This record gives sequence, structure tokens and C-alpha cells, in this order.
Amino acid sequence: MDFLAQAEGTGRTLTMVLFLLTVAVTIGISIWGHRYTRTATDFHSGGRSFSAWQNGFAIASDYMSAASFLGIAGTIALFGYDGFLYSIGFLVAWLVALLLVAEMLRNTGRFTMADVLSFRMRQRPVRTAAAVSTLSVSIFYLLAQMVGAGALIALLLGIKEGQTFLGMDADTAKIVGIVFVGLIMTLYVALGGMKGNTWVQIFQACVLVGGAAILTIMVLGQYGFNVSSLLDDAAAASGQGAAFLEPGLRYGVEVPGDAVQTMWNKLDLLSLGLALVLGTAGLPHVLIRFYTVPDARIARKSINWGIGLIGAFYLMTLVLGFGAAAIVGYEAITAQDAAGNTAGPQLAEVVGGDVGGSTLGAVMLAIIASAAFAAILSTVSGLVIASSSSLAHDLYNSVIKRGKATERQEVGVAKLASIGIGAVAIVLAIFAQNLNVAFLVGLAFAVAASANLPTLLLSLFWKRFNTSGALWGIYGGLIISITLVVFSPVFSGAENSLLGAGVDIAWFPMSNPGLVSIPLGLVCAVVGTLTSDESRTDRFQTLQVRALTGAGSERAVSH
Amino acid sequence: MATPTRDGPPPEVTDEQLAASYDDPRFTELKRRLFRFIVPATLAFFAWYLLYVLLSAYARDFMGTVVFGNVNVALLLGLGQFVSTFGIAWGYSRYASRNFDPQATELHDAIHYGEDR
Repeated sequence: MDFLAQAEGTGRTLTMVLFLLTVAVTIGISIWGHRYTRTATDFHSGGRSFSAWQNGFAIASDYMSAASFLGIAGTIALFGYDGFLYSIGFLVAWLVALLLVAEMLRNTGRFTMADVLSFRMRQRPVRTAAAVSTLSVSIFYLLAQMVGAGALIALLLGIKEGQTFLGMDADTAKIVGIVFVGLIMTLYVALGGMKGNTWVQIFQACVLVGGAAILTIMVLGQYGFNVSSLLDDAAAASGQGAAFLEPGLRYGVEVPGDAVQTMWNKLDLLSLGLALVLGTAGLPHVLIRFYTVPDARIARKSINWGIGLIGAFYLMTLVLGFGAAAIVGYEAITAQDAAGNTAGPQLAEVVGGDVGGSTLGAVMLAIIASAAFAAILSTVSGLVIASSSSLAHDLYNSVIKRGKATERQEVGVAKLASIGIGAVAIVLAIFAQNLNVAFLVGLAFAVAASANLPTLLLSLFWKRFNTSGALWGIYGGLIISITLVVFSPVFSGAENSLLGAGVDIAWFPMSNPGLVSIPLGLVCAVVGTLTSDESRTDRFQTLQVRALTGAGSERAVSH
Repeated sequence: MATPTRDGPPPEVTDEQLAASYDDPRFTELKRRLFRFIVPATLAFFAWYLLYVLLSAYARDFMGTVVFGNVNVALLLGLGQFVSTFGIAWGYSRYASRNFDPQATELHDAIHYGEDR
């Protein structure tokens, strides 16, 4: 049965209207933000004047992508428990940011991750390395999101092979979707800077969490708020029985009679788990959010808001995933999308239909589709800000202009950079639209965990750490992660790999490099440090006093 | 500290002034207070998370044990990760606002405004 096609007339129109309404509101916010974006602090850090709850909502919005929402709900719907495992890694990771990174980063830096990494090092080489890593992580993540967005827009509008909507067939709709998402994210950033984009993200967090909450309550309502009977139905409908509620269907799969493959699968699961928990606190677009608040205490409180929202949201995706398994069913989900990405929207339509007829079904579908668009747009715009800030502040001002550029010049370059990054992302995403690029999210997390987090922590806590160590750490972690992924089964040698089964250069047996690349990245940073005699104790002392007390740190701007 | 409110941004400080406070016993104490929480908390949540992932990979029979209704150990341990994350975040904020922030503010003000305010 084709659930999305049932609602064709009203459903599509309603989805389009609600989506365009969301876009109109957010563009309006950006135009408003434009009036308040003058200085570099406004553009990069939103004037550092956001409150704890505001930054908390923006953090949640930044972090919760389509992968978090549709991806996790879809994985739970198809594979049961293992989707939940993913969300646990994503959530626990925030403790690394909270306990070890956020407050000290806020007090030490100004605009970018490189501010902290280069604080007691030679500026130009370390800033260059940090910018390379920031751009790599952001582009990988951006590309995965945008290709996903194109496919989703085609799916959510219910355009299938051979059908057309407003004269578009499925392939055209994909390209239109990619270009549309690319244009909107660029507009958010180039117009509103961090100030406008933060308000856009706060709005989008409300749409996303609100939409998910309504649907969760409706699903639970169908089961009289009895979770056990929902699980019972999900396990029965999945055809897997009790195994559906246990780990092992998707990650760390046991292959009967192949002990070696089973071993690698299980190590792959550990590898994924490590990258998820250590990657978050190394993602540049997450890190720069801590600069948007007046001081370290508010950064801490804003993470607590973020943890609360993100945790609540993942608990809802658990209900939605099992709900989709029970109510929509495996066949109907995979008929629409083999990866299960439309399980959430399909569930909305069916549950809405059960409660209030086809009109409510169409309304619920439109709400959940808008929530998914909001999840995509808020994440990609955060990535565009992180990379354009790094280009303008680190590469242009600090490396090329040796810190002599004026604020006007830096903001101008940042705006141009956001347009350039938007254009590059659109072009790359169109070329990659029919490739399986889902692994790029994992790669972004692996680079963040292997290159960024070790150097960040050593910068903050290890007195002996120096320029050479930072360079070895960043480039080492980056190169090792990318190399291992290129020679892994997600890149070649398998049916669903990037290059398909025809090309086989895979010798690294795991899809996730973290188990190898994270320790090696750390080793690189330590060995690199020891190869050089440079050691600036005075700068370390300045850094630590500043990081812990907030003395000498950047202040909020009042307008 | 019951000091009168200071309007406007605090006076600028140089990097040398900041570095000079590193050997201040109050800073040593501040560091001790921070590390006393974040080191054990980090080790604890990381070990607990690792245990959870290891059990998911290697102790599937145990994870599949039904506790009540259709709720098994895997689901309870997963929810346990949520509870511990919320708990540590809450506990850290509580600890920091009582045992770290006042001392950090005191040292911040001493650096910016001089010892005698």
C-alpha cells in the first residue's frame, strides 16, 4: 500500500503550504536579524547575548538533523532496538561537551574552534589546520544532509518514479529540493548571521519538538499509554519477535558460521559507539554555539536545556519508531523508502487518519514533514555558519591578513564565504544525489572525535602541548579517518557502498574508523608534541586562568 | 560577595596579569574544586556508557532478559543511560553553582579590579 500517495491532493498541497509558511517565517526572522548584524561579534557569535534557554533551543536545533529524526525513527521502525542505541550515543556525548569543553572554550576563545587551539601556539599553521578540519567536517556533514534533503523532499511530496507533481518528476524534484535547501540555508546565514540564524533555529526547534510531541501523544494514546503493549505490537508486526526489542539486528550483526565477520561487526559497533560519544564535542558548529552566550555559566545552563530537549526528543523517536513498526508495518515502510526514512511521516498520516479521518491524516503528515524540513534546515545553516566563520576569521583574517583585517572586511568575507559554501554544497550534492553518502555523517563524527577533540582537550589541559602536537593531532586524525573510510566497505566492494560492488579497494573491515582513528589521533598529537621543544608555560597559565575564571574573556555586546 | 554592582565592562587585564594568578593559592584551589567533580564524573559516565555498548555487542542473552511485560534489560539499561545523563548534568550544575562559581567570580573580580576591589 502506498500511504503517501493516498493523500495526494490535499496532503501535498497542505505539506507545501505549511512548509512554505515555515520558510516565510524563518526568512522574515533572518531579515530582522540582518538589521542587528554589524560587527564581527554579531555575525559570528550573535552578540554573545543569548540566554540559556535560547541557546539551549538553538543547540538542540543545530544538533538534531534529519538523521536524528527520520533516520533514528526509521532505523527503529525497521531494525528495532538498534536505532535506540544510536540516539543514546548522541545524547551521552553531551556530557563530554558539558564537563570538559563548553565553559573553558567559552572563556578562552572568541569566534571559532581555532581560537582555542591556537591560543598558545603559533597562530598561522594551527589556524590553517583547524580551518581545514572545520571545513572538512562541515562539508562532509553538509553534503550528507543535502543529498538526504533532496531525496526526502521528493519522497515527502509523494513523487514516485513515473509520477509528476507541478510538472516535476522524481529526479527533478530531488534537484529542486537540493537547490531550494541550499538557497535557504545560505540566505539565513548571509542575511541574519549568527543572530538571525539563532532565532531561526529556536523557531525550528519548536516546530520539530512540537510536531514530534503531538504525534508521540497520539501514538501512545492508541495504546492507552501502555508502552509494553506498544512494544508487544511492534515486535509482533516486525516478524522478528523478541529479537526486535534486543540489540543485534542492525549493528554488530552475528553472521552464522562466519566468526571473523561477526567479530568485525561487533568491533564496528564499538567503533560507532566511540565516534558518537566523542564526536559531538569536536563538531565545529556545535562548539561555536557556546560563544553566543554572555558567560561560561550560561553556556553550562544552555547545555542543560539542550540535553533536556535532545533527550526528550530521542525518547519520542523511540515511541515513533516502535509505533511505525507496529502501526505502519515493515512492508509499507520499505515500499516507500528502503532505508525507512519515511517511517515517521507515514506514521503521522496513518495515526492522524485513525484519530480524525483523512483530513487529520493529511494535517499530521504536513506537520511532521515540516518538522523534518526544520530539522534539515537548522542543521545545514549551522554548518554554513561554522565554515564561513572559520574561512573569514581563521583563514582570511588571521592567516592571510595576519590579523590586520577590519571588522567590516571580516564580516564581508564571512558573508561571501557563506554564499560560496552554499554554492559548492549545492553543486556537490547534485553530483552526489544518486550516491549512497549516508556514511559521510559517520565520517564527520569520526574526524571530529579523532582530530578535533584530542587537540582541543590537550590544548586546555596539557601544559607541554605545543604547535607541532596540534598540527600532528589535527592532520593525523583527519588523514587517518578519511583514509580508513576510503578503504572501508562503505566506500567500495559492497552492494550498498559509494562505488558499488564493482570496484573493490576495501581492506579495512569496519564501516566506522573510530576504534582505530581516535586512539591514533591522540597518539599523533602526543608524539608530535614530543618531537618539538617548544613549550610556552606562560601562555598555558594565561589560558587556564582565563578558562576557569573567565577573567579577560570576551564580553557580551549590548545594542 | 556582597559588592555593589559595577556598571559597564570591567577594566581590561593583560595576559601577564592572568598568568600571574596561576600560582595564586586561590587558583590552585579553584582548579582542585573543578577537577574533583569533572574527573570522576567523566570516568564514571564513560565507563558506564562503554559497559552499555559492550553488553549490547557481547552479552545479547543478558540484554534480552525480560524484566516485566515486554520490557527487557536492554531497554532498561538504555533508559538508564538517559537517566544518568540527566542526573550528571543536573548534579554538575548544582555542584558548580555551589562549589565553583562563587570562587571563580571572586578570583575573576580580584584579577579585574585588583585585590582591594
